[in-house]
Amino acid sequence: MTRKVNSLMVLTIVLAVLVGACAKKQPPIARPMPPPPVNTNTPPPPPPPPPTPVSEPVPVPPEPLVEDAIGSRSLDDLNRESPLEPLFFDLDSSDVSADGQRVLQSNAAILKQYVTWQITIEGHCDERGTAEYNLALGERRALSAKTYLVSLGIPADNVRTVSYGKEFPFDAGHDDAAWARNRRAHFVITAK
Amino acid sequence: MITFDLKTRVIGAALIGSAAMVAAQQPAPAPPPRQPTSVELRLTGDSGTPPRLAVPDLLALSSDRETQEAAKTIGQVLWDDLNFEREFYMIPRDTYRTIPVAAAIDAVPFDRWRELGADGVVIGTVRRTPTGIRVEMRMYNVRARQSAYGREYSGSAANPRVYAHTMADELHDSQRSLRGVARTKLAFSSDRNREPVAGTVERREVKEVFVSDYDGANQRRVTINRNLNITPSWSPDGRSIAYTSYRSGQPDVLISNIFAGTMEAPTNGVGQNFLPVFSPDGSRIAFMSTRDGNPEIYVMNRDGSNVVRLTNTRAIDVTPTWSPNGTQLAFTSDRTGSPQIWVVGVDGGGLRRISFEAYADRPTWSPPPYNEIAFAARTGPGYDIKILNIGSGETRQITFGEGTNESPAWSPNGRHMAFTSTRAGRTQIFTGDRDGRNIRQLTRDGNNWTPHWSQ
Repeated sequence: MTRKVNSLMVLTIVLAVLVGACAKKQPPIARPMPPPPVNTNTPPPPPPPPPTPVSEPVPVPPEPLVEDAIGSRSLDDLNRESPLEPLFFDLDSSDVSADGQRVLQSNAAILKQYVTWQITIEGHCDERGTAEYNLALGERRALSAKTYLVSLGIPADNVRTVSYGKEFPFDAGHDDAAWARNRRAHFVITAK
Repeated sequence: MITFDLKTRVIGAALIGSAAMVAAQQPAPAPPPRQPTSVELRLTGDSGTPPRLAVPDLLALSSDRETQEAAKTIGQVLWDDLNFEREFYMIPRDTYRTIPVAAAIDAVPFDRWRELGADGVVIGTVRRTPTGIRVEMRMYNVRARQSAYGREYSGSAANPRVYAHTMADELHDSQRSLRGVARTKLAFSSDRNREPVAGTVERREVKEVFVSDYDGANQRRVTINRNLNITPSWSPDGRSIAYTSYRSGQPDVLISNIFAGTMEAPTNGVGQNFLPVFSPDGSRIAFMSTRDGNPEIYVMNRDGSNVVRLTNTRAIDVTPTWSPNGTQLAFTSDRTGSPQIWVVGVDGGGLRRISFEAYADRPTWSPPPYNEIAFAARTGPGYDIKILNIGSGETRQITFGEGTNESPAWSPNGRHMAFTSTRAGRTQIFTGDRDGRNIRQLTRDGNNWTPHWSQ
């Protein structure tokens, strides 16, 4: 019995590493660069630093430059322009889509870099569901996102969930675009 | 029913003119042969039609402004209260502005009222007292020229509407054997204060719980948590409101004892808890919680003890409502793929699906004598209020696509419903009769959601 449990745990770890490796194969986060200056009299700026490797299975000290760019920002600044992307859902659904999986893998990569971060995943719904049912649907959306993050190796203790139903829409509009923006799991960094 | 501090005295149903006084004073030593202590006569209309009733302004017997205004207010509010139940045909007030208000209670111009076609007229006086006001009202049978009903109230002058509400409820009870709702209240959630929630980078506005009279008067805030406070639910005694509060950052059930000014947290932050509703006897609370990892229905004692889980599926189970005798709960479940109304016994037995809609939520079980459940049903881009007769299984619709209509809540006599609608722009609280007639807008300030009607 114990052996079985042990081998299960090993299998889980192997799977987790494999998933991590898969995540690594994702293209690095694209960041827009300023266009090269036209005037060539001045010396060219230093080449941009190579993309930081993310989610290495072996512990790697975080790149100091990246630490400056993200790690040094205040919580409010971080949440105002969050490195954690929101995850969007289909109407009446709490299933994580293929696009959603990519978003969560990218978010997981960042969270693995900043292991001290505590986050809250807010579940939100559009106005087309009822107020009461949406409280439950928002909870399911937040839980779906959390479950997926945990499966990618993010410690469950670092992730809280809260459902806001349709109480706090991000877009006050009443059209497809607004509704699509409002059906989301929204990531808030609460401690770093 | 919420009680007010009004002293009430029955005043005898005195016959006017040549007729003898048949009603004894109160308290009256009953001389033999025994007389009834009061005679209250039922007003009737012509051959089965509702009695036609007039309620002019009351007569102020003191000259101060407060008394004058109370006299006007009580007449108007009493007319509105009686009109609300549709048990009388209320003659429009501007058709009898020219009929002089009786200078004394026995100087009623019956010919003029008869000419107007009134079966009854309510005449009253307001008098200043050292501590407040005294209000006397009598309903006269115009044809018989006799007093059919009389009451005298004394109390504070602070809220004259209370006198009208009390008189209306007592008149409905005595004349029509009907439990009126004039002294009941609504609770709802509102963002009207436009205060931002602290600690978020997005602009989010707090929602606080408000209460108002059944007719929307006297709206006032009863929570000050500066966060989301939604889905209020009255205790049967009208002294407490349970609601979903995000005060701690996590949704939890709170109970505000609105007259004592105290608060209880029965679930005490165990898991996340939503949508509390008191059982009909007030001893228990049904609610939705995700404490076991999924939205499920639970029942607990009012103090938070003895938590029992009633549902156990991978689907969403949400929005419980009690049956009037407290033995069953209706709730919303999407276990068949879409949200539908289901019923289960409080012991967990007798589970069954009762709605077959595209999407149905917020069941609310009608008080007797109607065995019905109202809910919000998706009827297009938005929702409409539908009512399901549990006995026959038939469903009827009472709103028809004017805005989106959600969150129905029955009045305690089952004849009316409060709900939210966007028909006038933003989300506001409306009331309507159970046949969908007499839709009235109660709120206009900010957005207002999730109404609940007190007992």
